[in-house]
Amino acid sequence: MRKRLLTGIALAGAMALAVTGCSTDSGGGDGDAGAGGGGGGDVITVGFAQTGSESGWRSANTESMKEAFSEENGFELVFNAADNDPAAQIQAVRSFINQGVDAIVIAPIVEDGWEDVLQEAKDAEIPVILEDRTVTASEDLYETWVGLDFTKEGEMAGQWAAETFTEPTKMVVLEGTTGSAPANDRAEGFDSAIEGTPIEKIDSQTGDFTRDGGKSVMEGFLSKYGADGIDLVYAHNDDMALGAIDAIEAAGAVPGEDIKIVSVDAVRDGMQALADGKINYIVECNPLLGEKAAELVKAVVAGETVEKRTIVEDQAFDQAAAEEALPDRKY
Amino acid sequence: MTGILRHRLFWPSAALVLLIVVNSVARPKFLTTTMRDGQLYGALVDVLRGSAPLMLVALGMTIVIATRGIDLSVGAIMAVSGAVALTIIDGSGDPENVGTVLVAVLVAVLVALVLGVWNGFLVSVLGIQPIIATLVLMLAGRGVALLITGGFITTVNSAPFAYIASGYLTLLPFAFFVSVAAIVAIALVERRTALGVLTEAVGVNPEASRLAGVRRRGIVWGAYVVSGVLAGLAGVIYASNIKAADANAAGLFIELYAILAVVLGGTSLNGGKFSIAGTVIGVLIIQTLESTILFLGVPSAESPVFFAFVVVAVVVIQSPRVRGALRSLTASRRRDVAEPTTAEVAP
Repeated sequence: MRKRLLTGIALAGAMALAVTGCSTDSGGGDGDAGAGGGGGGDVITVGFAQTGSESGWRSANTESMKEAFSEENGFELVFNAADNDPAAQIQAVRSFINQGVDAIVIAPIVEDGWEDVLQEAKDAEIPVILEDRTVTASEDLYETWVGLDFTKEGEMAGQWAAETFTEPTKMVVLEGTTGSAPANDRAEGFDSAIEGTPIEKIDSQTGDFTRDGGKSVMEGFLSKYGADGIDLVYAHNDDMALGAIDAIEAAGAVPGEDIKIVSVDAVRDGMQALADGKINYIVECNPLLGEKAAELVKAVVAGETVEKRTIVEDQAFDQAAAEEALPDRKY
Repeated sequence: MTGILRHRLFWPSAALVLLIVVNSVARPKFLTTTMRDGQLYGALVDVLRGSAPLMLVALGMTIVIATRGIDLSVGAIMAVSGAVALTIIDGSGDPENVGTVLVAVLVAVLVALVLGVWNGFLVSVLGIQPIIATLVLMLAGRGVALLITGGFITTVNSAPFAYIASGYLTLLPFAFFVSVAAIVAIALVERRTALGVLTEAVGVNPEASRLAGVRRRGIVWGAYVVSGVLAGLAGVIYASNIKAADANAAGLFIELYAILAVVLGGTSLNGGKFSIAGTVIGVLIIQTLESTILFLGVPSAESPVFFAFVVVAVVVIQSPRVRGALRSLTASRRRDVAEPTTAEVAP
């Protein structure tokens, strides 16, 4: 008796599951049909594996992606932020494959360890587009990479410094997180651009891309060399430059005048400081990659072949340009 | 002489003095303190000011560790309290108003207090192991902070708020006075009342102290609340220092540095006897070490190794066994030199 009752409950449960399965399927189908009718094309389901939300730049990047992969543009976006945990990110990509999305966009947290999961995506015939950062895996495993050239950013900042400083100049550097691609490449680009100029790098230390890091490292530099012993600060991002501004002001010097500052990123707070004359030059690191990525996804899904590398051009701003650009700044 | 050598604060203090000496020899500028507009500036003043957040967090951690617990959530609580304070000031429309700033700081610390109460509840009432109970908030808290700031770094221009971390109260930075006030308050409450002894009793032997009639629950709960409040204050100082709420970076890994400071100060992680003076010295060692890395110009890639090396050295020197071995080594050598003929069996 009791056994029969249990079997009955199990059966009812199974039926309920089957019914819900059906209804979600049909519901999804209705939605697709509706959108398809309106837009005149199929909805492309895209899985996007973001690194996390570690910085203002990243938030702007996420916003841009969400905007570009919107329903109005004919996309259905499945978003995942992995909180900077590489294992969780690979897991997310695997779940995208299981869900059978049409395309996968990844902003890889680390460069290594992608071979297996990218092969799985290839076997499932799902195209993969890399965004922002890149991977060490073979180029056959992904369609294309869209991002920025960090070395070029460093070079642009360095060129400005080389043109501006013709007298002997003492420079300190606030590095990004040790070992990260932007920190390495921005340092390399800058150093190559100032080679042979009278600019002398007297010290360099990591500020971990954070305001607090930039401020405390700058405080150390200031008590080590004195405000008179430093002419130029090169910060690998705006947040560290903003921290350095505080430290310089606290030391009784005027940022942008006594000590010049050049940085990379062009986030809103940085641009504001540039317009206020506290920073002298900023090279943009454009987080609005969404549009380009969406374009590439459409092309790839339509079966077109695309370039393996797509670099989004960065601009650079001086103080006057910042004042002009500030009102329409999105991030 | 041996009395001083045996004192448990001798080795941590010696390490601190040694660090300062190394810095001053490498760059005499380290000791230079200049007076400007009646305010002191210099590397040592920077150490005192910069150590405030870690000092507050480490004080709370000392009390929690004394009860045989640990509080991993302090960094996340810092992030939350900073986010709360900045969001209130940013949303008020009048960031320059001292009243607004006071309200924001008060609410931020209250939120931190609630989080501390939550931790204490999990540990003392539900009996969850401290490392697990506080791990919950450590992982989830930063998410809450990100939610409050909407994933962005909230920035404000508010002179009264910036004063907390960067301002001067006569000669020295205001933040330094905040940490001194916290040290004095904790020392008075723990050492001038029976609370300190009761806390140690709970940490040494919970069962015996229960049989002796000590109310364990309240004491343990209180420890987490104090830790939460101090972390909240630390979060406000951190946010004030950069005039922004950086939910990702605020207090990142500070729980580990706080535990390190407590251990450097000679408090055992097994609970029981604790030393507030030791923790203060531990914090100053860590902060001076950070300056040392800058002053000696240790390259970024090597600085963690340098940091680790110094910390290991200080911890090893403090180990009673290592010191015992060293003592018997020097003692036997001295004997060998003085009386080479007498063969004595070492005690």
